[in-house]
Amino acid sequence: MSTIRARDLAKTYRISEKQPGLAGTLRHLVNRRHREVVAVDRISFTIEPGEIVGFLGPNGAGKTTTLKMLTGLIHPSAGELEVAGYQPWRRQAAFLRQITLVMGNRQQLIWDLPALDSLRVNAAVYGIDEPEARRRIGELAEMLELGPELQRPLRKLSLGQRMKTELLAALLHRPAVLFLDEPTLGLDVNAQARVRDFLADYNRRTGATVLLTSHDMGDITALCPRVLLIHQGQLFHDGSLAALTQRLAPCRQVRLELEHLHPAEAFAGFGTLEAHQGHQVRLLVPRAQLTERVAALLERFAVVDLEVSDPPIEELIGGLFRQRAAAAAAGAEP
Amino acid sequence: MRPPLIRDIRRYARSLRCFWGTSLAAELEYPLNAAIELVSVLGNLAGSLFVLQLLFAGGPSLGGWSWSGALVVLGLYTLLDGFTTCLLQPNLSRIVNHVQTGTLDYVLLKPIDSQFWLSARTVSPWGLPAMAAGLGLIGWALAQAGPGAAAGLRSPGAVLLALALLLAALVILYSLWFVLAALSIWFVKVWNATEVLRYTLVAGRYPISAYPPALRLLFTFVLPVAFLTTVPAEALLGRGSALWAVGSLVVALLCLAGSRLLWRFAQRFYTSASS
Repeated sequence: MSTIRARDLAKTYRISEKQPGLAGTLRHLVNRRHREVVAVDRISFTIEPGEIVGFLGPNGAGKTTTLKMLTGLIHPSAGELEVAGYQPWRRQAAFLRQITLVMGNRQQLIWDLPALDSLRVNAAVYGIDEPEARRRIGELAEMLELGPELQRPLRKLSLGQRMKTELLAALLHRPAVLFLDEPTLGLDVNAQARVRDFLADYNRRTGATVLLTSHDMGDITALCPRVLLIHQGQLFHDGSLAALTQRLAPCRQVRLELEHLHPAEAFAGFGTLEAHQGHQVRLLVPRAQLTERVAALLERFAVVDLEVSDPPIEELIGGLFRQRAAAAAAGAEP
Repeated sequence: MRPPLIRDIRRYARSLRCFWGTSLAAELEYPLNAAIELVSVLGNLAGSLFVLQLLFAGGPSLGGWSWSGALVVLGLYTLLDGFTTCLLQPNLSRIVNHVQTGTLDYVLLKPIDSQFWLSARTVSPWGLPAMAAGLGLIGWALAQAGPGAAAGLRSPGAVLLALALLLAALVILYSLWFVLAALSIWFVKVWNATEVLRYTLVAGRYPISAYPPALRLLFTFVLPVAFLTTVPAEALLGRGSALWAVGSLVVALLCLAGSRLLWRFAQRFYTSASS
């Protein structure tokens, strides 16, 4: 049975509109105007037990709203939703014991207390007895490389250590489904890598299902074989990251460093010339013809250096949204 | 599914022990607070006693209350104020922070009653001096009141009644605070209203019959100040009437039920409106 099943899931907010300034506020008091905003527009997907799925989309695409519907913090406006066999918005205790939510920008641990104290509170709330709680804390602390930090007040820890203790606290009850909203936000490269390694390790060991949002494509490429991309509340892509790249970028980027200078016309027929500066040349070549074009290039020019790569995924997603926005604008004004 | 109930009760009891154990440990990092609190309590009490003395300068009774009877009321007020400092203020002031910072989400995702969590998560020892002073004042005033009052409290039933009314007073006070704090789900600014509440409840320092009739009505039916101090004081003085006792318990239950209902509604609103 799937861990998460969403069918035509939708969320519409009613937002009251107010003109700026005092006059606007007064007018608003007498004559309230509301506007419906569609945050999530009938999306459907299923996630199987043990999957790690990345959840992508620009700010305001509906990622957080979806995540909150999945955890039961927001009541969907329409559609069907089942997580771990429960309807999340009823927030039954049995459901809450199955899930956990970690938000990179919000802490659940208490600032002035050592993490161990907060962990003891969580153990009591989840009804985990003391010896068992100690065992689990030891186990997770080892995986997270946390030791004496747990006995220091939280405010004295670094951001990376705090994030790791947050993860420890969020996993103490051994949830089967992890919802992680920007878990590496603000972390430096090392801390980020350690959090990623931990998540992969945790998933392998426990078979927990992980749904993860991140602005950092590094997180996604390192962890998520499958990604869901939403844009303007709709599901744009559900599949592997490679498939997404292929779909967004049917071309690959070929970067050349040449022995001699050549005019731009010399590259006609090899691909779309992206940049041409002195000895440096960048071409976009359709994937299907990549090998023959590269071979032809090597034959035609004296090549010092050559590199073939995918354009960065951030740029592809950004480009996609700009294209669609432009198309929408063009459609609106025929 | 019967045993889970017992298990839940034990889980809540253990949670409460953990809540209070950790928060006391955090508070005791600042021992100077205790001295400051003690000075402030004694200062407040001296001020109230001074005003009470002025009120009694005109005659031996205030709205039908003797000097020692009025002292019992003042003692109860001080006790409740200490309870507010211990439990209500530190917990309920956090709800608005939870709403502003979004950490209410974490509370709502715990497999424990969120009203319980929000109301009992911390405890502050700094109200204890006030509670002790209140109890001391009550005891002293009852001894002063003489054999009449003491006779009224001699039967176990009368003692039980007085305790029940005190409990009702605590429940009413809690519900008023919680309702105001819960309103911050809609209006974040509403937290300031709890200051207003605290200052209105100062009216409970003196017997309700000391106020003009209009205020008496207000303090009985709108803001149930009368049930907080005057009614339990009468029971302590052995003058409790069945009508007021029943009324007090009913008001307490209604307030508690009201606070739970409002919280349920607030959660529904929060989960459908927040983003």
